[in-house]
Amino acid sequence: MRPLTEAETRSVFEKLGKYIGENIQLLVDRPDGTYCFRLHRDRVYYISEKLLKVAASVPRDNLVSLGTCFGKFTKTQKFRLSVTALDFLAPYAKFKVWVKPGSEQSFLYGNHVLKSGLGRITENTAQYQGVVVYSMADIPLGFGVAAKSTQECRKVDPMAIVVFHQADVGEYVRNEDTLT
Amino acid sequence: MAAVRVEEVLAAADEQEAEKRRSVTVEKELELEFDLGNLLALDRNPPPAAGLRGAGPRREALLRALARDNAQLLVARLWELPAERAGGAGGPLVAQLPEPTFRLPREKPPPRPRPPTRWEQFARLKGIRRRKKTSLVWDEQAKEWRRRWGYQRAGGDPARAWVAEVPEGADPEEDQFARLRREKRERVARNELNRLRNLARAHRAAATIPAAPLHPTGHQSREELGHVARVARVSTASLGRFQPRLPKEPAEPPSRSGGRKRRFEPLLGNLAAERSRQLEMLRDMGSKKPVLDITRAVNKQLRQEEAEAAAAKGKKKQSQRGKRGRRQQRVGRSGKKSGARRQQQRPASSSTGGGKRKKA
Repeated sequence: MRPLTEAETRSVFEKLGKYIGENIQLLVDRPDGTYCFRLHRDRVYYISEKLLKVAASVPRDNLVSLGTCFGKFTKTQKFRLSVTALDFLAPYAKFKVWVKPGSEQSFLYGNHVLKSGLGRITENTAQYQGVVVYSMADIPLGFGVAAKSTQECRKVDPMAIVVFHQADVGEYVRNEDTLT
Repeated sequence: MAAVRVEEVLAAADEQEAEKRRSVTVEKELELEFDLGNLLALDRNPPPAAGLRGAGPRREALLRALARDNAQLLVARLWELPAERAGGAGGPLVAQLPEPTFRLPREKPPPRPRPPTRWEQFARLKGIRRRKKTSLVWDEQAKEWRRRWGYQRAGGDPARAWVAEVPEGADPEEDQFARLRREKRERVARNELNRLRNLARAHRAAATIPAAPLHPTGHQSREELGHVARVARVSTASLGRFQPRLPKEPAEPPSRSGGRKRRFEPLLGNLAAERSRQLEMLRDMGSKKPVLDITRAVNKQLRQEEAEAAAAKGKKKQSQRGKRGRRQQRVGRSGKKSGARRQQQRPASSSTGGGKRKKA
């Protein structure tokens, strides 16, 4: 377990910034405690200082997970955000997409969101912008990337993909073994 | 009067003679030590103490006089050596110098011991030592002592071996002589490869030691140039921190351990400092975003022009077709051109078909 290097921190913040913009400051600088990012076995964990001090006493081989896993670094040092970060992305998301009840299940199985399943979308969403996907009852389901900008969404045909799937809460069941 | 003049002349002549001799004779307390083979003269006389202190022309004059005297003595000794005319009668007079006795220090540093080869490392690990082999071996066939290898070796000349048995389990069609030759060639090649590898390893180990001068242009390797460039960058007063970089050169943070092992921040270091550093990084990242996105502005402009052109064309056609034409027009328009050009449509510019979208 070690702190992130500057390059790693930069790539993590860039990725997070795609979804929550400048609200990362609220994650870094919290009024209710000191929280920090730590790297353990290529995975980035967001953890409070109190918990970090306790986790520091666990041997490296025996430590499985700590705090909240935000994502992992791939072999080529690219940062990949995972669904376990959803709890921290959802309240600060800048661009949101609401999905109709009929195609909620489709999204939770890992499929992309089609235009026919699109309920609402934040105005001024640019193409390829990171978005957080909600159900119509405002429950965060996951996040993805907008395949079309808001204006294009209006004109495109119903079978076109509007949001690329990146992570969803169904992964908690599907990828139970690999999530840490 | 003439006698007086003669005396004066003689005195002047004597004076000149004494002057000449004075310039040639030098008096010293201690004799100098000479090594004529190196053209070396060692003066162990104590220097005139008062004169050499302090700078100034007086010191210069004293030193010059000292040097002149010692050089005079050395040259006088050289003239005593046996000399001959080099190159026949008209050539220059050459003295034959004796062997030098003074041992000069090395000009270049001594050669570094080469690193052990893979076999040497293994042997040292296992404790294998060289066994001295006898140079002659008893040859039963010839009933005499023959050498182990080479001319008239003990086992007979392998080139003249007229039988090569097919070993068990081998293909009967295979040519055994060819096999033996091939295997020998492979052994030789493997040996050569290992030798070159050991050589390369030694060379690489030597190359990592810094302060090696550059090879001439054309013989420089990429690693050598990179290494020298790195050393040159760091050899400034600020240790290379403010050196400008080439356009594509990657920015390297300074590694205090000299590039051997990666060092990370401590796990539970100063968390407040870490937080402030991260906030500063966020501020930098945020400030770098351009306020005016050029491509977006250009696209917007293009879209506007397109929309105006389309509106003008549509109006012309509408006036011709009427109400039905307008409806057909609207349905047909789909976002086929949507792509890189139309990133964000203004609500007023395009006809927003269907109120299915609620603006969040």
